[in-house]
Amino acid sequence: MDIVLQNISKAFDDYPAVHDISLAIRSGELIALLGPSGSGKTTLLRLIAGLEFLDRGRILFGDEDASAKSVQERNVGFVFQHYALFKQMNVADNVGFGLRVRPRASRPGRTEIRRRALELLDLVQLSGLEKRFPMQLSGGQRQRVALARALAIEPAVLLLDEPFGALDAKVRKELRRWLRDLHERTGHTTVFVTHDQEEALELADRVVVMNAGRVEQVGTADDIYDAPASPFVHGFIGESSSLPVTLSGGTILVAGRPSGLVGAGAGAARLFFRPGHVDLLRPGERGIAGVVTGSRRLTDRRRLEIAVGGSHSVEIDVPSLPETSGVLETGSEVVFRPREFRLYGESETAPRRAA
Amino acid sequence: MAAELSGAPLRISRPVRRGRSATTEAPAVRVALVGLVFVFLGFFLMLPLVAVFVEALRGGISAYLAAIVEPDALAAIRLTLIVAAIAVPANMVFGVAAAWAVAKFEFKGKSLLVTLIDLPFSVSPVISGLVYVLLFGAQGFFGPFLDAHGVEIIFAVPGIVLATIFVTFPFVARELIPLMQEQGSGDEEAALSLGASGFTTFLLVTLPNVKWALLYGVLLCNARAMGEFGAVSVVSGHIRGLTNTMPLHVEILYNEYSFAAAFAVASLLALLALFTLALKTFLEWRFAGAIAAERAH
Ligand SMILES: Nc1ncnc2c1ncn2[C@@H]1O[C@H](COP(=O)(O)OP(=O)(O)OP(=O)(O)O)[C@@H](O)[C@H]1O
Ligand SMILES: [Mg+2]
Repeated sequence: MDIVLQNISKAFDDYPAVHDISLAIRSGELIALLGPSGSGKTTLLRLIAGLEFLDRGRILFGDEDASAKSVQERNVGFVFQHYALFKQMNVADNVGFGLRVRPRASRPGRTEIRRRALELLDLVQLSGLEKRFPMQLSGGQRQRVALARALAIEPAVLLLDEPFGALDAKVRKELRRWLRDLHERTGHTTVFVTHDQEEALELADRVVVMNAGRVEQVGTADDIYDAPASPFVHGFIGESSSLPVTLSGGTILVAGRPSGLVGAGAGAARLFFRPGHVDLLRPGERGIAGVVTGSRRLTDRRRLEIAVGGSHSVEIDVPSLPETSGVLETGSEVVFRPREFRLYGESETAPRRAA
Repeated sequence: MAAELSGAPLRISRPVRRGRSATTEAPAVRVALVGLVFVFLGFFLMLPLVAVFVEALRGGISAYLAAIVEPDALAAIRLTLIVAAIAVPANMVFGVAAAWAVAKFEFKGKSLLVTLIDLPFSVSPVISGLVYVLLFGAQGFFGPFLDAHGVEIIFAVPGIVLATIFVTFPFVARELIPLMQEQGSGDEEAALSLGASGFTTFLLVTLPNVKWALLYGVLLCNARAMGEFGAVSVVSGHIRGLTNTMPLHVEILYNEYSFAAAFAVASLLALLALFTLALKTFLEWRFAGAIAAERAH
């Protein structure tokens, strides 16, 4: 089912947790909400579920306005960050809960509920654990019980709040792949929250990058990594370095000196680039000049911390070759040039294309 | 890393104060402290309890039984049971409702409500009783109205029930509030999102999550409801066979120098206390795991 958010806002005691967000989620899509802590991801998810109510805006489920519907009427599958399994019930009863509490007219029989629960446990690969209690399960198993429980009600949309947040790195990776497979098989419209960018980029059809209650960018993994729409997205997704620059007559001045980079516009701006996307130049060549203030060895590269124009510090990665190791000591001067970069006006958020 | 590893055995072989952790006192201090507690408990708690039974049985078993089956004693026992049978369920409902409101909702005046719940604990029971006399007594606030409609509250059973409810109100609520606050409303939200109505959620999720705490609260509430003296004494009027509860009956017998009979009835109350304690201990022992699960959310 298509889910459309139209200019929705929600404030807690005047604090705008979600501010004027619009978003169209296509039926069957797998969407990630990505953003730093406190950016409003959970609040947005709870608004869609009906666990919080809107201050402004509308939410459409298909063609129907769901804004005023209660959480029960919305029929969403919500997987909570800490699972919220019913600890007094065994796994099968947890999974069957949503069917058991249906009104009498639409409630399946006892054996049918049990059959459906076992079927779902099979789907999430937990067959044989139906008699266990939540306390007797590992984190990853609890996570999958919570998912099976949410799927049992045949939800219009599946909402997952940091589904892998409490798990260790290895289990996270496994479950991530598994969730992707499950999504492909069942085709539920799914929205999940994460603050792990790798997880968002790998798993989602589209990623919604959030910051301070607003949407910064919506796009595929390629879109948001290769064409970040704002300085925030550039800084938040992947690694990035930035410098204040001045645009003048089609060239970019760094610390008042021409950098050999060209860009349209005039006045102050901010230059963003990926630390790995730089070329080291010979001394005297036209580029960005600076002094090495620190050097760390990463696996196959060396990360240099460079002071540009005295006060600004950027990081660049250089190949870790024997011939560079001696030259790039702390205190030595280097000149470099980003192969790819993006310019953002100091105040505006829309990017100006780099020439 | 390597330096740390090679350092480890050194740390182990460092001389330690054997068999004692930093928070453990010297053996002599320990023995003295434990001994002191036992002497104190023995003198102030065990001795009186034993004395009650010794005094009660001083005249022999038949005198003991006679004192209990005497009509006024039986009436007192019956009244005590009736009062508890009304006050305890009422406070169970009030307590759960109050705990629910405090733990699950945010609203203005919440801290005031929590303070009010504790009021019966901080006010002398005699004053609680007097307040009811002021409100419902013949000269009281609602007195003329009640009189006109032929409703008797003070010096009658309704007054005793009201005073008992007031005095025992905090037990259930106090037991539930911290637990429900700790558990938050995550489970309830999960149940609602799965389509359960508010009431179904309460029955299937909230109540099972707090059942042990609720049982504790009810046990304590019951013990106090049956044993309350001060507030009940003020509103009861001490009418033998009619408005005397067991504690009041004990006092009357005692004032009449019928010591054996007084202690016989008192021993029933003491047995109730022992039974409550034993049941509480048994539940704690038998369901330690489940109770820990309730707390560890
Ligand atoms: N019930 C609430 N009452 C008051 N403020 C709230 C409430 N829920 C959220 N907030 C505030 O709204 C903002 C957004 O919170 P939200 O939980 O949506 O962030 P999040 O993006 O999910 O963060 P995290 O990654 O840490 O989970 C935060 O500043 C938070 O303090
Ligand atoms: Mg969150």
